[in-house]
Amino acid sequence: MLKLPIYLDNNSTTPMDPRVLEAMTPYFLEHYGNAASRNHPFGWQAEEAVDYAREQIAKLIGADPKEIIFTSGATEGDNLGIKGVYEMYASKGNHIITATTEHKAVLDTCKHIEKTGGEVTYLQVKPDGLIDLKELEAAIRPTTILIAIMYANNEIGTVQPIREISAIAKKHGVLLFTDAVQAVGKVPVDVNKDGIDLMAFTAHKMYGPKGVGALYVRRKNPRVKVTAQMDGGGHERGMRSGTLNVPGIVGFGKACELCMQDMEADTKRISKLRDKLETELMKLEEAYINGSTEHRLPHVTNISFKHVEGEGLLMGFNKNIALSSGSACTSASLEPSYVLKALGLGDDLAHSSLRFGLGRFTDEEQIDYTVKAISETVLKLRDMSPLWEMYKEGIDLSKIEWAAH
Amino acid sequence: MAYSEKVIDHYQNPKNVGTLDKNSKNVGTGLVGAPECGDVMRLQIEVDDATGMITDAKFKTFGCGSAIASSSLATEWLKGKSIDEALTVDNMDFVEELNLPPVKIHCSVLAEDAIKSAINDYRVKNGMDSIKFEESVVH
Repeated sequence: MLKLPIYLDNNSTTPMDPRVLEAMTPYFLEHYGNAASRNHPFGWQAEEAVDYAREQIAKLIGADPKEIIFTSGATEGDNLGIKGVYEMYASKGNHIITATTEHKAVLDTCKHIEKTGGEVTYLQVKPDGLIDLKELEAAIRPTTILIAIMYANNEIGTVQPIREISAIAKKHGVLLFTDAVQAVGKVPVDVNKDGIDLMAFTAHKMYGPKGVGALYVRRKNPRVKVTAQMDGGGHERGMRSGTLNVPGIVGFGKACELCMQDMEADTKRISKLRDKLETELMKLEEAYINGSTEHRLPHVTNISFKHVEGEGLLMGFNKNIALSSGSACTSASLEPSYVLKALGLGDDLAHSSLRFGLGRFTDEEQIDYTVKAISETVLKLRDMSPLWEMYKEGIDLSKIEWAAH
Repeated sequence: MAYSEKVIDHYQNPKNVGTLDKNSKNVGTGLVGAPECGDVMRLQIEVDDATGMITDAKFKTFGCGSAIASSSLATEWLKGKSIDEALTVDNMDFVEELNLPPVKIHCSVLAEDAIKSAINDYRVKNGMDSIKFEESVVH
């Protein structure tokens, strides 16, 4: 039986896996100790649980457990990783290279750094969402200390050539930070093979709880340090003070273990469903996939349906299907997705986009329902769209002088 | 953000979707908004020459649910009104009737602009001056 509403917004957050909740539960009521309490069994149990989770997490990304710094989530990880390097390596330089399609937590952190005297280069991306490696290398200066490029994009799922990027970083003695929120647990990420120096990721995008994440900080070749952004008890090797969220960390560890165990089977199944969804929706006229289809996460697609507006489109089915749109009609600015615009999409196509994030609990019946509901709504709204009518009459919409609004 | 029931009703059962012959002397067409802004409204009125009454109104809208609802409501209000009466429709009428939240006020402004633009188109076609309107405040 199909249960509504259907959740296809897994890039925003994933539901918790019940196995994760099960692992967490004892750490709320029975083992509630502070992992930093060294003098009694409550503290020992908590510390043991945290250590175990640290191993589970490290294993998923090919790291050493000592390289895992727990945070409250990826926004904190992005801030700590970037600001922490900027401050720690101030004597080496003040220049950071990032890209225009990064998450706001990276972009706004970089803007903050610019205000304090740092210099930031924002690389443009190609129409498929990938950065140009030659441009990256050309942007490196003697003062460059960090390259901050995301592993995979949250709106279009484009996976950056992280190994080529890290090779360039290494060649020039620059550190590589990556926001890998969407990639960890979904595709194989290995900090050594990939050559990553710092990496932010979070539990709630991989069927774990909200409010807990990690920053990977390399300890060997080279040994990387970040300046703490919060002062306090000196937890996490002095890089991140604050009592550890033990149940959250236990859940995070379990989520990583499950991702490691299920990744291959999940990917196979989910990518098949994604491909079906995409193939069926692309049967509609004037539908366009945004971003690379070659270098892409297995569970993501982003499609623009020309001449229908995204929010209006969502309204046709959002009681029954949870999705995101690149249109931002609700925001005061009316600015559509900056990521889609960075690909070179016109505002009209950016306004017409839907982002699909499938997940571990998506099934074929849900996809069939979604295809039908979206196709019907697109057709209905096109019948109602003056732009569609003009397009069908062969009018070039780009030549019309639209009334200022 | 939750939509009001009236917006949902107009979205699900829009009134007077369609196209009138824009070349007809009796038809006034207003096309407002821009694809880049995420809303384009086309509102058309058919006017009885003898009486000056609006006998038919049709719309097509590219936009969010509130934009669709505002234009659907506009066609309902216009039918049976004289041109002069139609000019008194104000954007706040839409805001009140549809319970539009502040972020959607631009939809109501667009609907008012569409009405005025359609009336002006009709006036110009029939040898009258187009009326100059004050700039709407919210854009």
